[in-house]
Amino acid sequence: MSQIPFLAIVLTPLVILALATLLTWVERRLLGLWQDRHGPNRVGPGGLFQAVADGIKILFKQDWIPPFADKAIFVLAPTIGMMTVLLSFGAIPFTAWSGIVGTLNVGLLFILGMMGLGVYAVVLAGWASNSKYALLGGMRAAAQMISYEVFMGLSLLGVVMIAGSFNLHDIVMAQTHCWFILPQCLGFLVFLLAGIAETHRLPFDLPEGENELGAGFHTEYSGMKFGMFFIAEYAGIILISSLVTTLYLGGWQGPLLPAALWFLLKTTSVVIFFILLRAALPRPRYDQLMALGWKILLPLSLLNVTATGTVLMLRAAG
Amino acid sequence: MNTLALFSGAVTLLGAIMVITRQVAVHAVLYLVVTLLGLATVFALLGAPFAAALEVIIYAGAIMVLFVFVIMMLNLGQSDREREKEWLRPRIWLGPALLSILLCAELIYSVSSSPQQEGPLAPLSARDVGLSLFGPYVLMVELVSFLLLAGLITAFHIGRHRTEGR
Repeated sequence: MSQIPFLAIVLTPLVILALATLLTWVERRLLGLWQDRHGPNRVGPGGLFQAVADGIKILFKQDWIPPFADKAIFVLAPTIGMMTVLLSFGAIPFTAWSGIVGTLNVGLLFILGMMGLGVYAVVLAGWASNSKYALLGGMRAAAQMISYEVFMGLSLLGVVMIAGSFNLHDIVMAQTHCWFILPQCLGFLVFLLAGIAETHRLPFDLPEGENELGAGFHTEYSGMKFGMFFIAEYAGIILISSLVTTLYLGGWQGPLLPAALWFLLKTTSVVIFFILLRAALPRPRYDQLMALGWKILLPLSLLNVTATGTVLMLRAAG
Repeated sequence: MNTLALFSGAVTLLGAIMVITRQVAVHAVLYLVVTLLGLATVFALLGAPFAAALEVIIYAGAIMVLFVFVIMMLNLGQSDREREKEWLRPRIWLGPALLSILLCAELIYSVSSSPQQEGPLAPLSARDVGLSLFGPYVLMVELVSFLLLAGLITAFHIGRHRTEGR
């Protein structure tokens, strides 16, 4: 770790972007499978090159900025979204020796901070578009993401208390004997729900809500700017999944197989679970979403913190 | 490291100046976010990564989003922009600028007269912050919790639906 991991800095964003693009195809194939239809299967083996075809199509589309929009912020918004997600990956330890700043002593807080800044992408896109559907989407996004950030932070407290560190490397090492999903099952559930809300994925995609808001915050976006929102959302799913892997599923640790492969396997399973949720669940109403957060998830995560603290204190005493 | 800290300080100051001279409220808030991020960088470079992370999460990531949220609800238009222009006349700058210059002079004097600290700073971990919060500063923590509770109760009282009175 002493030399500058230049290669890692260059490769990580490229790999993540490629995976996020691939994920758009994986999601459509899996949804097809679960909904008893084919999904994209024409371009390349099994439709694999559909993602490439979509990329080329979106690159050649007219890149239009509405005349009534606030131009500077309209362009800035998708950039913020992409940047915060990609920066977060810097702090995730994919294996024991890799990760750009895998041993950052406030690694977990760094990622939470980046997610907090990621809210601006959606909110500013909604504001800068200067149209009512986009504005409504942006306002929903602001309220939803701010609220769920609270529960996300609180649900992670349990993990931090047991591991005794914000350092993601230390948190993974603390799970050598027992994955945190067992003692922290409550925190895990809250984190998972908050993670879905934070990436505004179905069933919690109310900022977009295409059947009530057009397309929500990115109604006015076209071409590659829309593409950046789209890819950033998929990169966000990968980010939340790798966080779940790191915090609750023992990170890269596992028998026989190499560490990187274990990380990939666990993360992929969580990603597929995310997609399954989209296939299975309907979208709640907006007030139901907020009520779920403040009336159920908040008390649950507080209970989790209290219980974890009590157990740790009793164990230290006895 | 000194150069980096000075550079982030300069970015912070420039951001702060932009905040008060913008006419569009959202632009001002965005510059305020830049200012806070610059401040967080200064904290991190001075060996307080925990404070830096909290600065980003709470101020830049949460409170400023609420500002943007409120601005979006108010739906400010051209008339507000003109009123803002009206307020930003040089005459109004005079008083605050004078007072700020006084404060700045005081700061420069106090920094230059204090003894120079040599050697690298030891980074302050989250554990240290927690220990000092619940050690020597425990009274302050409790007082702040009173304040927050009072705020919470007030917000609850104001936000309550009054059905029985009508």
